[in-house]
Amino acid sequence: MGEKAFEPWNDPNEKPLIQFQNVTKRFGDFTAIDDQSFDIYAQEFFALLGPSGCGKTTLMRMLAGFETPTEGTILLGGQDIAPIPPNKRAVNMMFQSYALFPHLNIWENIAFGLKRDGMAKADIDTRVDEMLKLTRLEQFAKRKPHQCSGGQRQRVALARSLAKAPKLLLLDEPLGALDAKLRQDTQFELMDIQEKTGTTFVIVTHDQEEAMTVASRVAVMDHGRIIQADTPAEIYEAPRSVYVADFIGDVTIISGTATPQGDGYDIAFAEGQPTLHAKTDHSFSNGQACHLAIRPEKVAISADKPEGVANAVQGKILDIAYLGNLSTYHVELPNGQIIKSQTANTRRLSQRPFTWEDDVWLSWTNTAGVLLEG
Amino acid sequence: MRRLTWFNTTALTLGFAFLYLPMVILVIYSFNESKLVTVWAGFSTKWYGELFQNEAFLDAAKVTVKVAVLSSTIATILGTMAAYVLVRAGRFKGRTLFSGMIYAPLVMPEVITGLSLLLLFIGIGLDRGVFTIVLAHATFSMCYVSVVVSSRLVSFDQSLEEAALDLGCSPMQAFRLVTLPIIAPAVISGWLLAFTLSLDDLVIASFTSGPSATTLPIKIFSAVRLGVSPEINALSTIMIAIVAVGVITASLVTKRAALRQQAEERAAVKA
Repeated sequence: MGEKAFEPWNDPNEKPLIQFQNVTKRFGDFTAIDDQSFDIYAQEFFALLGPSGCGKTTLMRMLAGFETPTEGTILLGGQDIAPIPPNKRAVNMMFQSYALFPHLNIWENIAFGLKRDGMAKADIDTRVDEMLKLTRLEQFAKRKPHQCSGGQRQRVALARSLAKAPKLLLLDEPLGALDAKLRQDTQFELMDIQEKTGTTFVIVTHDQEEAMTVASRVAVMDHGRIIQADTPAEIYEAPRSVYVADFIGDVTIISGTATPQGDGYDIAFAEGQPTLHAKTDHSFSNGQACHLAIRPEKVAISADKPEGVANAVQGKILDIAYLGNLSTYHVELPNGQIIKSQTANTRRLSQRPFTWEDDVWLSWTNTAGVLLEG
Repeated sequence: MRRLTWFNTTALTLGFAFLYLPMVILVIYSFNESKLVTVWAGFSTKWYGELFQNEAFLDAAKVTVKVAVLSSTIATILGTMAAYVLVRAGRFKGRTLFSGMIYAPLVMPEVITGLSLLLLFIGIGLDRGVFTIVLAHATFSMCYVSVVVSSRLVSFDQSLEEAALDLGCSPMQAFRLVTLPIIAPAVISGWLLAFTLSLDDLVIASFTSGPSATTLPIKIFSAVRLGVSPEINALSTIMIAIVAVGVITASLVTKRAALRQQAEERAAVKA
C-alpha cells in the first residue's frame, strides 16, 4: 500500500473545512437539530444518513443558507457563515427535485451561476463545455430539461451545481428519483467526479447502501442528533449503539447481562441456554445489562455441533430468505430468540443443505459480535 | 366521436340560441343597408365607414383603450405582487384575512365598488377623468389577476427559486430571471383578462368618469337612450370581436402552458 489512506479526521493537525459548534435549530416547539457539534474536512464525501424527519435536510439547508441556526455557529473555512446570504456563499446545492430551470436549455442552466458572477463570455463557454464533458452531456447542450431523461437531468443538476467550483457541494437525495440499476452506476460516477474535482461533498440520503457506497464518512442521525459519524466500515463493524447497529444492515440483537470472564465477558441471555462469550474494548460492570449485536454473515450454520468454537447454540429453522447470491436463515432458539445466519450460495440451489424445521447449530467467534451497553 | 341524440341536439341548440342569438342579430344588423335597425335592406359596410368618421365615438374609443391598457398593466403588477406574497410568505399573521380581502371585490356588486370609489375621489378632491377610471379599473381587475397568478404559483416548485439564490442571484434577480419567465403565461392571461374587463365596464366607469373622459360603453349607453342606430351596432360588433379575441387568447395561453406542463410531467415520470 503505497498511498496514504484518506482520513483527515484522525489527524489532529488537519483543519476542518466545516465546523458545527453547538448548533441547535428549532421550528416553533419542534427541535430539528439538537445541540450538535461536528467537523467535516476538505475533500471529504460526507453522508448524512437517517430516517425522514431526523434533521438531515435541516443541517444541509443551514449549510446552503436557507435556514439559520437558532443557537450555535457554523464555520466554513474558519468563518461564521450565519450572516452570509445563500447567493454569497461558496457553497452550491444539488436539489432533490433537481430544480432545473424549465425555460432554459441545458447549456443555459449550467451557465446560469457563472453569468451571475459576471464571468467573461469566453470563460463561461470554456467552463460550461468542461462541465458538459465531465457529465457526458455534450450532445444534449441545446435541449430543454423536459426533453431529457431522469438520468440526464440528474447529471445536468450536478453539472450546474459544480460549475461555480464551490468549496462545498451539497447533494439532497441526489439519486432518489432514479431506478435501482441507474442509481448504482450513478453512485460510482458521483464518486469519480468528486475525486476528479476534489470538491468536498455533503450528501443527504435515507438509503444506507448509497451512503455506505459513496461516503468517506457516514453520520447516522436520529431525532436531530448525530448518533455516530464514522467510516462505513466502522459504522458497520463497530457500531457504538444499538440504534446504529440496527439501522445499518441486517443484525441480530441478543439482550442479556455481562459478567467479566478472562479477557472478555460472559453473557447470560436466557434460562437454560449456554452463556455466550464476547471480547470488547469497553468495560462492563458485573451483571450490567448489555446487547450483543451480531451480523448474520458472521454466524455459521451446521448440522452437527461444531467443536472448539466460542459460541454455539442450537435451534430450529423458522424461515429462509433466498436472495440468489445469499440465503438468510432465521433460526429460533428454544427460548424464542431468533438469530439470523447468512451463507453465500456458492453452490447451486439443489445442493442446499438445510430446509424448514431442521434442527441446526449456530456458531460464531468471540470477536464476531459487538457488545453494546443496554 | 359520439353522435348526439335528438334530445341533446335540441338542448344544445336552444342553449346556444339563448346565449348567442341576440349577439348574432346585432352583428347581422350592423351590416344592414337601412337606417332603420329592424328592417333589412341589403348588405352594406357603410355604418362602419360612418363610425370611423364619428369624432365622438373615436375619442371615446381612444379613452377606452388607454384606460384598459393602463389599468390592466397596473392591475397585473399589483395582482402579481399580491399573489406572490399570499402564496409565498407562508402562514403570517392575518394571512387568511388578507387573502379573503383580495378576493372579496370579485363578488362585490359593481355599484358599490363604483359608489365607494366615487366618494373617495370626491373626498380627496381628485378631478374625475381618465386617471380616476384607470385607478378604479385597476382596483377591481387586480383581484382577477391575483386569482389567475396565484393558482399558477401554488404549483410552482419553490426549490427553483432556491436554486437561483444558490447560484448567486439576489432575491430580486431570482424573481426576474426564474420565477417571472415561468409564470409568464399566467401573468399574460391575467393582463388580458383585466384588459377585457376594463374594456366593457359600464357601471364603475360611469361612477368614476368625468366630463373630460367618456369611455365607449358609457357613450353607447347614452347614445342608445336616444334610439338605437346602426352605427352603434357596428361599434358593438367591433367590441365583441376585440373582447372575444382577448378572452380566447387568454384561455389559449393558459391552456398551452398547462399542456406543456403536463407533457413535462409525463416526460419526468417516464424518464
